[in-house]
Amino acid sequence: MSEPLSPSERVAVARNPGRPNIPDFISALFTDFFEQRGDRLCGEDAGILGGIARFHGRPVTVLGTRKGKTLEENLACNFGMPSPEGYRKALRLMRQAEKFRRPVLTFIDTPGAYPGLEAEARGQGEAIARNLLEMSRLTVPVVAIVTGEGNSGGALALGVADRVLMLENAVYSILSPEGFASILWKDAGRSAEACGLMKLTAPDLKRLGVIDEIVPEPAGGAHLAPEIAFAQLDQALVRCLTQLSKPSGAALTAARYQKFRQMGTVPIPGKEEP
Amino acid sequence: MNDIFARRRQKLLAMKAFRDRQTHPDALGEACPHCGASSSRKALSAALYVCPRCGHHFPIGAYYRLSILLDPGSFRELGNRSAVFDPLQFPGYRKKLETAQRMTGLSEAVVIATGSIDGHKAVLGVLDNRFLMGSMSAEVGERVTTAIETAARQKLPLILFSASGGARMQEGILSLMQMAKTSAALARLDEKGGLYISVLTDPTTGGVTASFASLGDIILAEPGALIGFAGPRVIQQTIGQSLPEGFQRAEFQMEHGFVDAIVPRDRLRATLAQLLELHSKGGRI
Ligand SMILES: [Zn+2]
Repeated sequence: MSEPLSPSERVAVARNPGRPNIPDFISALFTDFFEQRGDRLCGEDAGILGGIARFHGRPVTVLGTRKGKTLEENLACNFGMPSPEGYRKALRLMRQAEKFRRPVLTFIDTPGAYPGLEAEARGQGEAIARNLLEMSRLTVPVVAIVTGEGNSGGALALGVADRVLMLENAVYSILSPEGFASILWKDAGRSAEACGLMKLTAPDLKRLGVIDEIVPEPAGGAHLAPEIAFAQLDQALVRCLTQLSKPSGAALTAARYQKFRQMGTVPIPGKEEP
Repeated sequence: MNDIFARRRQKLLAMKAFRDRQTHPDALGEACPHCGASSSRKALSAALYVCPRCGHHFPIGAYYRLSILLDPGSFRELGNRSAVFDPLQFPGYRKKLETAQRMTGLSEAVVIATGSIDGHKAVLGVLDNRFLMGSMSAEVGERVTTAIETAARQKLPLILFSASGGARMQEGILSLMQMAKTSAALARLDEKGGLYISVLTDPTTGGVTASFASLGDIILAEPGALIGFAGPRVIQQTIGQSLPEGFQRAEFQMEHGFVDAIVPRDRLRATLAQLLELHSKGGRI
């Protein structure tokens, strides 16, 4: 690995429009992808892409937030900010994965859940809460990968997993650094300062016990040599799924419960004051 | 019966509730933010801090809420350690926590307890908006989870009162993770067939809305309570226009299918008693 980037540099890399996104990961790592659409309640949200595919020959359900690359795509996907329909579609696909005993792989890259009028009226909070509850008891392996920026409950709604991986320069936080600075100091301009305090980088989150594994990126970021990032992620996913294929469904959910149960209760090594 | 102990517990709750009321609108001489009426100390207190003129529900403290809800002598507080937890070593956070503790007499933004309502024993959790806006810290998540696990273990109904501005920014990602932790605990309670009643009070927003507050088998709300994921200011900034009258209020949420019933404060004890009664065994067929 090369010289590590500073937290605010990582935020910039994580948001780089050239960074591999979910369609790139799907075409590089999976075969036979079949896209599934709609929440079966009222709508379809292109801000979440999901479906069935094969990973090293094994059927899996793969889904995640989609930002789009061109402006047209950005608009269609609402810049990767899902609405309740998106979260409910994700839940539908995850439950289906459980029915057919497919592992679930989720890709997270979102500025957050969409804070709009209709999203609120259709229960953004309820949709996220429901996903958290239901993901915690899925009896199939669940692996989440934070690939870009993972902000707020809108990211966590796809993140209650047996293994949470993070690309080396991805960031994962309670809120965007701009939002954080504007809430805490009423000054979004102090976002670089916020980046330093928020502990949003992969090494920080590994230390805090929030993520399990860091997937190395090529020097300067995954956008400079995507195939290196793909190969690294492929290896990590093979390793995770091999480990998670052994335990029973009950053992998986019990371990997943304990994993999230202890967050924020265990003293953090090297971080605890006397 | 343990009459002496029950009386002692009752006295303790009354004392804590009294302390709560030192920051209530009558003590502060506040006028009603809704209609502007100023009411006498006696009138407001007799009306359970509901504006006698327009029905506006003022936020109330956690101990005071428990004192008007529980059968006398039934209150037993669960975990109330007052350790200061500063996982990110965030500048100024320790001092902020200590100040909040001193100002409110609370050790954190939620009180958890067991108690009975009209003879029905339950586990209760009450968020208190006066403590750093009722925001979700790791300790809040831990206590709420403890309440849920206690309800599951002791096969008791669970009642959680939400009042929260959202995440505890100074605890960063660990605040976020409490959403997963509390929701996962509710999944386990659900699987054991436990009853969970969620009561939404003003305001319930952010990570609390997007976790345990929205997951009740039955969801009640106090009249006029602001309930939403994103706060009104953020939405307004996003859409670039002002929000419609009544947006995200309890009545709006009921109309949109997210709340079973809106219950004025003076009816809450009776309504909860009815719901607990309906979930107890009985009948001849
Ligand atoms: Zn009034």
